[in-house]
Amino acid sequence: MTAMTARDGKTNQAKHPIYLDYQATTPCDPRVVDAMLPYFTEKFGNPHSRNHAYGWEAEEAVELAREQVAAIIGADPKEIIFTSGATESNNLALKGVAHFYKDKKDHIITVVTEHKCVLDTCRHLETEGFKVTYLPVKPDGLIDLAELEAAITDKTAIVSVMGANNEIGVVQPLAEIGALCRKKGVFFHSDCAQAVGKIPLDVNAMNIDLMSISGHKIYGPKGIGALFVRRRPRVRLQAMINGGGQERGMRSGTLPTPLIVGLGEACRISAEEMESEGKRLMALRDRLLKGVQAKLPEIYVNGDLEHRVPGNLNISFAFVEGEGLMMGVKDLAVSSGSACTSASLEPSYVLRALGLDAEMAHTSLRLGIGRFTTEQEIDYAIDHIVEAVSRLRELSPLWEMHQEGIDIKSIVWADH
Amino acid sequence: MSYSEKVIDHYEHPRNVGSFKKDDGSVGTGLVGAPACGDVMKLQIKVSEDGIIEDAKFKTFGCGSAIASSSLVTEWVKGKTLDEAAQIKNTDIAHHLALPPVKIHCSVLAEDAIKAAIADYKKNRAGEDAQAE
Repeated sequence: MTAMTARDGKTNQAKHPIYLDYQATTPCDPRVVDAMLPYFTEKFGNPHSRNHAYGWEAEEAVELAREQVAAIIGADPKEIIFTSGATESNNLALKGVAHFYKDKKDHIITVVTEHKCVLDTCRHLETEGFKVTYLPVKPDGLIDLAELEAAITDKTAIVSVMGANNEIGVVQPLAEIGALCRKKGVFFHSDCAQAVGKIPLDVNAMNIDLMSISGHKIYGPKGIGALFVRRRPRVRLQAMINGGGQERGMRSGTLPTPLIVGLGEACRISAEEMESEGKRLMALRDRLLKGVQAKLPEIYVNGDLEHRVPGNLNISFAFVEGEGLMMGVKDLAVSSGSACTSASLEPSYVLRALGLDAEMAHTSLRLGIGRFTTEQEIDYAIDHIVEAVSRLRELSPLWEMHQEGIDIKSIVWADH
Repeated sequence: MSYSEKVIDHYEHPRNVGSFKKDDGSVGTGLVGAPACGDVMKLQIKVSEDGIIEDAKFKTFGCGSAIASSSLVTEWVKGKTLDEAAQIKNTDIAHHLALPPVKIHCSVLAEDAIKAAIADYKKNRAGEDAQAE
């Protein structure tokens, strides 16, 4: 594989930081790019042109992709709506359902650890008069089904719970949530941007009514995603984008054939390789975790390790601030739950929702492993992280206090 | 976020890292910030009999800009009188390190650390003088 060889050589490490941020985005698989290329040039037709071969050729490619996307989640191709990505899919699912059913129902249930695009959409719907319940999570990052059941009322239109979390990778009990929602007669939407292609999903077995899918999280292109919208029992949506009535009227606009072909191919590859890739990523993740644990005391994994997608680790390195640490591991491309990485100065709301102290949230790194990560890269990462954490702990007054047996919580810190 | 060369230099080669004994009468210790906010600085000054800061040490929990700000002030306070050191302004630190607006609080913390260390030294001296009398 071309991409793998390019990243394999140690000579490249000085120039390119090792990419360990696969939850942020993934490179396109070269096979995806190969599938897409003809649709930019010679097969450029508008898939909605019914009168000539250019259109038919593009339409055929779009419909094959629709089958490939449907197959990875056990859906019918007719239930797949192409969108610009998971953000649009989440917006369409929540606003579309809320607006369509607003005369009868005005309540939405979601979870505090959802992606910003779900939470912000819910906040927006609150300004329109909808009521939203934000369920808490347990310290392992999972929701309590009894709390969900208690939150559902006869005014609840939709429950939205993500498949896998983008920061801590934990996988929610989708089948149990789906069964509960079906029993109560409310729609179940799941943002599966981080779950598709990583864990087996079946919209029928799991009773999922709407599911958001992203292209660039599964080695497909950016700018494309999909929304699964169940036909039986039928889910109805009020469209956000009006126009030519494409995608069963739910999402107008000319379909971007090359991107759709890329998403389809990405789903095909992920479905085929999910099992073997999952095992490989799990082995790399365990190697990374054991490697740093063997050499560093006082490190903590955030989120449940068992109910988790294989390629995610989120670790708090106590007494070392996350942004300072990221600067120290400059040969690694990673992200942190620390405040300083965003303009807000607040540490990760996901880690805070687990009940983590702000100070521990400030010490976290998210390490995302993916299709092109090699064992050599993991070994290099272990050494690099151990070296940086050890150096920064020598620089840390908190580590010094900890070594002296002073309880940091016993000190009255001034706010600033 | 991209860092200035000076921040990177101080981050990679921090000056005067370490600790003095806190019970040494010639030492003043300033501990400012809070773990929950993501920055804690410990700055210590060692003051000669004639009131000159002859040495300084720091340890910092924080981002690169926080580490650089505290490393820089250990260099700046050395050789200064307490009054001169108290004149160091966060704006000078921020300007010298070319800190972006979101990192100005790091320079504010470094200024606070100097003031806290001086206050601690004076408090210790006052205690010792009282004991001597």
